[in-house]
Amino acid sequence: MNFWETACNLAPWSWAQYDFMRVALLGVLVMAPLFALLGCIVVNHRLAFFSEAVGHAALTGIAIGVVAGLANPLGAMLLFAALLALATTLLRRWSAASSDTIIGLLMASVVALGVVLLSRGGGFAKYTRYLVGDILTLTYADVGGLALLLLVVLAGWIRGYNRLFMVGVCRTLARSRGISPDATEAVFTMLVALAVTVSLQWVGLLVINAMLLLPAATARNLARSASAYVGVAIVVALISGVTGLLLSYYVNTAAGATMALVATGLYALSLVFRRAPAGG
Amino acid sequence: MMPEAHLSGESCAVCEGCCTRLEGIGVRLNGNAVLHDVNFHTHCGELTVIIGPNGAGKTTLLRAILGEIPCSGRLHFTRADGTPAAGRPRVGYVPQRLDLDRTAPVRVLDLFAAALSRRPVWLGVSRHWREATCRALAMVEAESLCDAPLGALSAGQLQRVLVALALHPLPQLLMLDEPLAGMDRAGTELFYRLLSQLRLKHDLGILLVSHDLSAAAQVADRMILLNRTILADGAPEAVLASPPFRRLFGLDLVPPQTLAPVAAQRMARLHHSGLATIRHKGAP
Repeated sequence: MNFWETACNLAPWSWAQYDFMRVALLGVLVMAPLFALLGCIVVNHRLAFFSEAVGHAALTGIAIGVVAGLANPLGAMLLFAALLALATTLLRRWSAASSDTIIGLLMASVVALGVVLLSRGGGFAKYTRYLVGDILTLTYADVGGLALLLLVVLAGWIRGYNRLFMVGVCRTLARSRGISPDATEAVFTMLVALAVTVSLQWVGLLVINAMLLLPAATARNLARSASAYVGVAIVVALISGVTGLLLSYYVNTAAGATMALVATGLYALSLVFRRAPAGG
Repeated sequence: MMPEAHLSGESCAVCEGCCTRLEGIGVRLNGNAVLHDVNFHTHCGELTVIIGPNGAGKTTLLRAILGEIPCSGRLHFTRADGTPAAGRPRVGYVPQRLDLDRTAPVRVLDLFAAALSRRPVWLGVSRHWREATCRALAMVEAESLCDAPLGALSAGQLQRVLVALALHPLPQLLMLDEPLAGMDRAGTELFYRLLSQLRLKHDLGILLVSHDLSAAAQVADRMILLNRTILADGAPEAVLASPPFRRLFGLDLVPPQTLAPVAAQRMARLHHSGLATIRHKGAP
């Protein structure tokens, strides 16, 4: 981190003198591409509702961890989010109800369970950081963990993106070409569950889906090819992350929500400059 | 086998294992028996047309052969000499329709690159795969669509693209689910010409689900009338004249006399291959 510290010391801005801002900026530079990459497939596969539900499941995971007396609830969060990912995949396959109904139903139940458990004895206030998130509590070790996660996702995107892409186009077509749609999607949903759960305490349940969806949705309006789609999403995520963080420093607002608002602004701009709608 | 070999235009060896045998295949979806007791055996180089009314289970049958939905009964893939093939055959599949998001930033080129190349499409498409895609599209006279957004294609253009994709890498078994829906006359003629050429040149087995009965009857070696189970199976003119066909469709689409010379010729060929028996089964 020496290089980063030196660069920050040389920077002329006041925020660069604060450790928490230095770490947060580094964290944003890692999280932005992470969410952009995942978001591209979430949007392609119309899983926006699912990623929202995973965040809610993580909240219940925290509650169960607290009730079980665990010092660090991350394990319980991951387990519960993974269970929810599995449950939705299975229900989508076996139930006749549409998947948004199923996910909405699961989400409502798990969040109710989580809040009931956490509010027992009136102590819910101390868990609100999972709702809003606080990126300023990041440490260099956390950033290291996030960087590792980014590497895992990158490796997955290099090995498996084409398969995911084909499943998104048509499941039966993917199957005919030797791809197992269920296994591919299961691995992908696990990655989303992992990323959302790990980042929840810094980004917050209420805005995490914005970070996941807005860059990809913006890129869809601007890109013409599959490679431009991912590239634009990463650039949009980085711009909104960095701008949002610095803006939150100067106007003294919650960082995660400010980033989400900047991303929303970029999305609105992309609607104006949208490429001509296809076909007709 | 590497897809490059096919795309570069080298001819393929005679099929290694494209004979497909279905034994008592049954499929239940949500508790309903969609298919039951389906038995047939297709050979490499044989073009089998599957016909049947809406809801007969035609698409379900293709999906069961693909292994996408669980089915009872046995599915065998064998070599020409009857020994079991190693693994599943290479399948080309053209879906009935693609539930496309028309705003997705996906070019035809991206679809081919994602299906054929190892490099993830988000890192861009190399010149090699661009050229390969253009050659593949040229087979269906659609090379101008290489850079077109998938969402901007007309139904017929999309079908051409999907047929080209299904042929790369060259499959051992080609399954087409109503590939002609939405295709214009020129496209339909091109398609049938292409099928005959492929069959002759590469000896691949073809299963074609079609509603275009008279055109299909012209090219098919064999026709299967499906309505939850097989009601008639044999030469097209015989199936089109069979009592179950008349019962289901309520009309004679193809007057028998116009088919008579073709029928005689085809019956002789089928007799030679031991397929001349026409089986009729009662409706369920």
